[in-house]
Amino acid sequence: MKESNIKIEVKNMNFYYGKVNALKNLNLTFMDKFVTAIIGPSGCGKSTFLRTLNRMHELYPDQRVEGDAFLENDNIFQMDPMELRSRIGMVFQRPNPFSKSIFENVAFGPRIRGENNNTKLAEIVEDSIRKAGLWDEVKDKLKESAYALSGGQQQRLCIARALAVRPDVLLFDEPTSALDPIATAKIEELIVDLKKIVTIIIVTHNMQQAARISDNTVFMMLGEIIESDTTDKIFTAPKEKLTEDYITGRFG
Amino acid sequence: MGNKILKTLFKRPVDSTMVLLTFIATLIIVTILVVILTTITISGAPHLSIDFIIKAPEEGMSEGGIFPAIVGTTLLVITMSILGLPIGLITAVFLHEYAGEKSRLANIVRFAVNNLAGVPAIVYGIFGLSFFVFFVGTQIDNLFYSGSLKWGKPALLWASCTMALLTLPVVIVSVEEALRTVTQDEREAAYALGATHWEVVYKVVIPKALSGILTGGILAVSRGAGEVAPVLFTGAAYFLPELPRSFSDQFMEMGYHIFVMSTQSHDVDATKPIQFATTLVLLLLTFSLNFVAVLMRRRIRMARR
Repeated sequence: MKESNIKIEVKNMNFYYGKVNALKNLNLTFMDKFVTAIIGPSGCGKSTFLRTLNRMHELYPDQRVEGDAFLENDNIFQMDPMELRSRIGMVFQRPNPFSKSIFENVAFGPRIRGENNNTKLAEIVEDSIRKAGLWDEVKDKLKESAYALSGGQQQRLCIARALAVRPDVLLFDEPTSALDPIATAKIEELIVDLKKIVTIIIVTHNMQQAARISDNTVFMMLGEIIESDTTDKIFTAPKEKLTEDYITGRFG
Repeated sequence: MGNKILKTLFKRPVDSTMVLLTFIATLIIVTILVVILTTITISGAPHLSIDFIIKAPEEGMSEGGIFPAIVGTTLLVITMSILGLPIGLITAVFLHEYAGEKSRLANIVRFAVNNLAGVPAIVYGIFGLSFFVFFVGTQIDNLFYSGSLKWGKPALLWASCTMALLTLPVVIVSVEEALRTVTQDEREAAYALGATHWEVVYKVVIPKALSGILTGGILAVSRGAGEVAPVLFTGAAYFLPELPRSFSDQFMEMGYHIFVMSTQSHDVDATKPIQFATTLVLLLLTFSLNFVAVLMRRRIRMARR
């Protein structure tokens, strides 16, 4: 296991959908510049957990969190949510570009943070699209609608859009579940590439994907963390019987 | 084609009957529209001329044109749009973007809006007369004009206010419908980039829903443009050779003009050609508004692609 610092630390977190306790007493750390995969059967709360880290759950009135989570030294649940979300970005399950041009999609984040200088915006946009491995495909059509791109390209555009606000952490919520195998492979390569610059937490229902791209893996079931370790250990020598049963495909 | 229908009629009788029924129903609707348009065009077109458009009525309305009515209707439509559309837009944005599905206040507002949409136009007319003309207008006269009659009588402004009220429910419902087409995915994408609630609404939701908002707005306005009852007591004049010079003046309105010619003029039969020609102009006006709405929607959609 390579040396690293803790980027996010979750302490005694509980989550409620109305009165239903959907996440039970989670304690977890995420290492800086690591890819951490969260796996588990459908409905285990992995997406729910991911969405608490940038407080997306607060958009819905009957969802509520108890406990603490820290981004370095700042308490996530006490920060200004807009600042938090500019430090912890998110890529969603289905590509969700805005119905704007490719350029404006990527410039959206910097613009709302007050960047109005066109030269600077153009630099940020190019840099972000390059990092998302999309530049060669779109450099001649930055003014065209983002909807003209294929699904895989749209998803990489969404990654570029998230990178444009220069986040420390990127959350991926099953980013390839709507994509074909070739587009999926590109996104996976990209994620491995991106860990040089950001900490990555990825929720996936695809165990092979977790094995391929992550350094650490967290296995969740029924709102609880069953096991959390290096990806190697989880997939070759899990400590828990449940983990072994899940990764060998005995249930899912 | 008829042969083919007959053949399948015996194979799948229920299916074919339903196809036939829907076809007939559609045909009836189209026929009605075509009949209305041809009747009015045939009877109205011969009287249509440049003079008819640019002249005032003469000889007890049996001669001359309808220029003051065209100007009056146009002023009415513009003023009521300026008054009504922003309020409708803001209300719809509040209902859909800020209040949330379960909000008590929002549901009360929605209930009120739905009920307002069902209120007969004449009720708006009477309300406009008693509230805007007699109450608001008289108060303004008492406060600023030491009781002399300026605003406490039917006026362009009060007619526009009344008309704006009438179109408000339609605007709110159609704008809310347009906002509903923006997916939660897109909103979440903007939030995840650190956008505030207002930035999400202003920079993502409204631009995306713009074509729907504009179409809804224009359709509401064009519906209002054809109404007579709301302006009957609140500002439309029986006959005025002069154009309105201020919002406190009365004005002529096309729908009301048709009503007056067909019921109040000295010689109803002599005004028949003018009635039809005026109807034709009114129809063309509303149709062109609807056509603008369609064009706008298409242009915005094309720009998105």
